[in-house]
Amino acid sequence: MADYDHIPTLKENIDRATVDSVLSLDVDKYKYGFETDIESDMAPKGLSEDTVRFISAKKNEPEWMLEWRLDAYKRFLTLTEPTWAKVHYPQIDLQDMYYYAAPKSTPAPKSLDEVDPALIAMYDKLGVPLREREILAGVERPNVAVDAVMDSVSVVTTFREELAKVGIIFCSIAEAIREHPDLVRKYLASVVPVSDNYYATLNSAVFTDGSFVYIPKGVRCPMELSTYFRINEKKTGQFERTLIIAEADSYVSYLEGCTAPMRDENQLHAAVVELVALDNAEIKYSTVQNWYPGDKDGKGGIYNFVTKRGDCRGANSKISWTQVETGSAITWKYPSCILRGDGSRGEFYSIAISNGHQQVDSGTKMIHLGKNTSSRIISKGIAAGFSDNTYRGQVSAHAKAKNARNFTQCDSLLIGDTCGAHTVPYIESRNGSAVFEHEATTSKISDDQMFYCQQRGLNEEEAVALIVNGFVRDVLQHLPMEFMVETQKLIAISLEGSVG
Amino acid sequence: MTTPILEIRNLHARIEEREILKGVNLIIPPGEVHAVMGRNGSGKSTLSYVLAGKEDYEITEGEVLLDGENLLEMDPAERAAAGLFLAFQYPIEIPGVATMTFLKAAINAQRKARGEGELSTPDFMRAVKTAGTELNVDTDMLKRPLNVGFSGGEKKRAEVLQMALLQPKMCILDETDSGLDIDALQVVSKGVNALRAANRSMLVITHYQRLLNHIVPDVVHVFSDGRIVESGDKDLALQLEAKGYADFDGAAA
Repeated sequence: MADYDHIPTLKENIDRATVDSVLSLDVDKYKYGFETDIESDMAPKGLSEDTVRFISAKKNEPEWMLEWRLDAYKRFLTLTEPTWAKVHYPQIDLQDMYYYAAPKSTPAPKSLDEVDPALIAMYDKLGVPLREREILAGVERPNVAVDAVMDSVSVVTTFREELAKVGIIFCSIAEAIREHPDLVRKYLASVVPVSDNYYATLNSAVFTDGSFVYIPKGVRCPMELSTYFRINEKKTGQFERTLIIAEADSYVSYLEGCTAPMRDENQLHAAVVELVALDNAEIKYSTVQNWYPGDKDGKGGIYNFVTKRGDCRGANSKISWTQVETGSAITWKYPSCILRGDGSRGEFYSIAISNGHQQVDSGTKMIHLGKNTSSRIISKGIAAGFSDNTYRGQVSAHAKAKNARNFTQCDSLLIGDTCGAHTVPYIESRNGSAVFEHEATTSKISDDQMFYCQQRGLNEEEAVALIVNGFVRDVLQHLPMEFMVETQKLIAISLEGSVG
Repeated sequence: MTTPILEIRNLHARIEEREILKGVNLIIPPGEVHAVMGRNGSGKSTLSYVLAGKEDYEITEGEVLLDGENLLEMDPAERAAAGLFLAFQYPIEIPGVATMTFLKAAINAQRKARGEGELSTPDFMRAVKTAGTELNVDTDMLKRPLNVGFSGGEKKRAEVLQMALLQPKMCILDETDSGLDIDALQVVSKGVNALRAANRSMLVITHYQRLLNHIVPDVVHVFSDGRIVESGDKDLALQLEAKGYADFDGAAA
């Protein structure tokens, strides 16, 4: 039976079932490393115009989408891989991977009944609740709607009808392209332009699936929306695309989780996430990224090269990014906010843990364009083993961004003496009324702290987990309940073997 | 014959090339409170760290038994679970970890190590409340990160609170009076005295006699140059206060 004791208070709108399913995630050392034997439909290996056409055809896309992709592909050919991040890896051979892999049994299932039971079982094993009917049949209100994406396709999206009642669209991006083309054409690439950067351009050409969310004017989304990404096939890149639009006066909280099997090859994950918040709208986006990090010698693991950006397009809109990064061999990721609307607000809360041979180069950009815009950045980097952990962040104020405010706090914690922590802030202000504050600290878990905890009975690993949980407390508080419990466990697991 | 709670035989320890403990012998029977007095630098604090298992020291000779068990074979956490508690002279700050969270983590870690189940939240809360009231530790203090921004008095009260909750067999109090004003000293001493029990022993390390007016010891030992040079009843402390340590230095030779 679940133990609720260590949960301070159940948050509003969170029922026991949700907590149960979270608690049942008895996370042990990378327990998501299994592989599911599901027959896949694959694209021919390698990247070419044919690959782009193949993907578009597989998705039954309209002509305009194919043209859009081909244009992106042409632009991609003119770009070179960026090298400014503090990460090192051998050249990625884009011709030696597959760009499309889909479980064969799912030609757009209409309901859960049509989904391959092996898939449902896989997500069950991952702790992702897809059994909509059982919850709907009960008296309790559902709290999380899930879009499950495996390799290149969305396999199921739950609670769609429930959400449709209030006008919310929650579906895979592939469906949105077919069924809501006007919305997609209006907003796709309006935050992250097609040729924004190397990986975003690649994504634009070959993206396969991801989630689409549309919250109509004045609607407060009644449940958390969640996408669960899973890489399953070998030698396959995952290129997901997510687009979230919050109309005026609306609110949505969105959660994202990621896992992959343990393999000794490196797999590429290059996603693009775009958020648009109109007047007074609020989007809260939380990620627990737990892609396979590679083994203790640094073999294998996911290359996580992701572009995430939110546009506070409307006045007084708000976008908040919270991320917990524990996985991936390499993470290259800067969830950012463009503070365009007057009085808009951006927030970035991050916990990035690296161990073994992981390399993390992550941070945010807060671009102040409108008047009276404000932003807040709290970043907690924890490095152990032989890992390198870099915070890279940009805060800028445009000439018209009168009274822009930013507060940045970057704290790094080192465990052991073979890891590195780096802070690289870029701060630019083009007007005299902006007030930017930046605080940074680097500390080590001291021998005295370890000895003190051990003297009270905690073993080395318990002591490290407790101290690190204390270190990240400011950020943990911003996570939805579902993720808070999981994160505390993940922290302990990610740092196993980091001492002694 | 009853097994002593703590038995130290000919203990030698050094840090790098410097020998600090030079043959300590000490037996503390159940229920007794022993004081170790000595000037700064005589090795008193080293004795407490060596007993608790701090890594920096190398033990070159000797043996220590905790309730009959070989203490030196255990790691620090095992020693704690076996019932050894050290109240630190300078308690360490643990930022971001609420005192309450720390207490619960410590209790449950020890219970787990002993093969006992976790304490339920209501039982834990009750125990904290009871112990906290005696030591003037209120809920507000329990919510604050452990030792961060605590006053001298708060730190020492938090140490004794942990001692009360963990119910150790053997308590070592290292300079518990340092940093305390007279009022705080009384509160802390009262807390310590409340924990005196037939099955629990204490080793009180101090260089001032005044603490021993509040925590009255059964035996007083004089520590000089890495060993115990004289033992007696509580009057020895008064004698020491009057004459100073100089008279005892020769005894070490």
